[in-house]
Amino acid sequence: MAELDTSSGGGHKKGPGVKKSPKKSTRVDLTPMVDLGFLLITFFVFTTTMSQPTAMNLNEPKPDPKTELDIKESAAMTILLGKDNKIYYYYGILTDPNSQFKSSDFKDIRQLIVDKKKVTPSKDLMYIIKSDNKSTYKNSIDILDEMTICAVPPGHYAEVDMSPMEATLIQKTEEVNGIK
Amino acid sequence: MPRAKIPRKSTNVDMTAMCDVAFLLLSFFILATKQKPPEVMQINTPSSVSTKVAKSDAVLITLTKDGKVYLSIGDNAHKKDVIEGINRTQNLNLTADELAKLEKQDFIGEPFNKLKSSLDLATPMPAIQMEGIPTDSTNNELADWVASVSDAYRGESMDQLNLLVKGDNEALYPFFKNIKSAFTRNEIYKFKVVTNAEGIPSGSELALHPPTNQ
Repeated sequence: MAELDTSSGGGHKKGPGVKKSPKKSTRVDLTPMVDLGFLLITFFVFTTTMSQPTAMNLNEPKPDPKTELDIKESAAMTILLGKDNKIYYYYGILTDPNSQFKSSDFKDIRQLIVDKKKVTPSKDLMYIIKSDNKSTYKNSIDILDEMTICAVPPGHYAEVDMSPMEATLIQKTEEVNGIK
Repeated sequence: MPRAKIPRKSTNVDMTAMCDVAFLLLSFFILATKQKPPEVMQINTPSSVSTKVAKSDAVLITLTKDGKVYLSIGDNAHKKDVIEGINRTQNLNLTADELAKLEKQDFIGEPFNKLKSSLDLATPMPAIQMEGIPTDSTNNELADWVASVSDAYRGESMDQLNLLVKGDNEALYPFFKNIKSAFTRNEIYKFKVVTNAEGIPSGSELALHPPTNQ
């Protein structure tokens, strides 16, 4: 295939004094070219499938005063998203901020969510997510993703507006920790 | 006894055929993949474990790093309806020429009071220089846009309407909340957010007990 017929037609004789040059093969080794071809294919296949953006479903609660949620105090965990990718959390109702209000971050929160899930009856379990005005869009998506990762069933977590008391608590804690 | 002589054959394999196949596949993949449109705005989306692929014919709301909001409608069949709807409800008095110009724009990102003047510019304004659609709680123009979108999709099943929010990692939460309130005002409670695919962390609940009914 990759050869050319270089043999001269029969009967053609070269004249005297013309030296016969040695006939070289025109066969080219195509192996590197094949390698290159497949390398490029693999590259294209990988890059095209990787950049596919995905979509995550978000369901907002319907504002219906009839369906006020009854949450058991012992089963609730409130997660507050603060500035600088920090997370604050407390269990139940916040009565004593000094002992209840704790800080965490996105690395540790998964364990905390799972721990709470283990000690709570699954039908009562409730996570309340509140985002501070200084938290980012990424934070709120990440925490919802964290709920999926921890297999918290839908309906057992909700995004709620932050109360002014919690906002000031976060602000104070941030001041103490030197987060600007 | 004389041994039978086996003629030694060359181990050289003709690579030409393989080379042909490789390059045929290569050209196929290059031609078959859709070219990604050049990114007008750099949006770094957060990642999630979701595996659903975001559709391109969706109504996309883009939230940039500094909180600007843009609307783009990937579904050309409805784009005209949405734009004409907003022209009617907001009394923008856009001419047919201006409506056609607006339809050609990939990103809608001007407040109502500046929409007309921005369309009259000789050269269309690049999306980055636009002001963004206001989303404050007092003046949530995005809610009006979303109302127009849901009007355009009225009569079709809600599955047809693909509401996507594509936000930047660093955008502050209140902007996202404003977008959400623009949806809830129009009684839309389901939407999707664009994310990067991310593997399920090993050892997590989801990895140990994957959901069966999905």
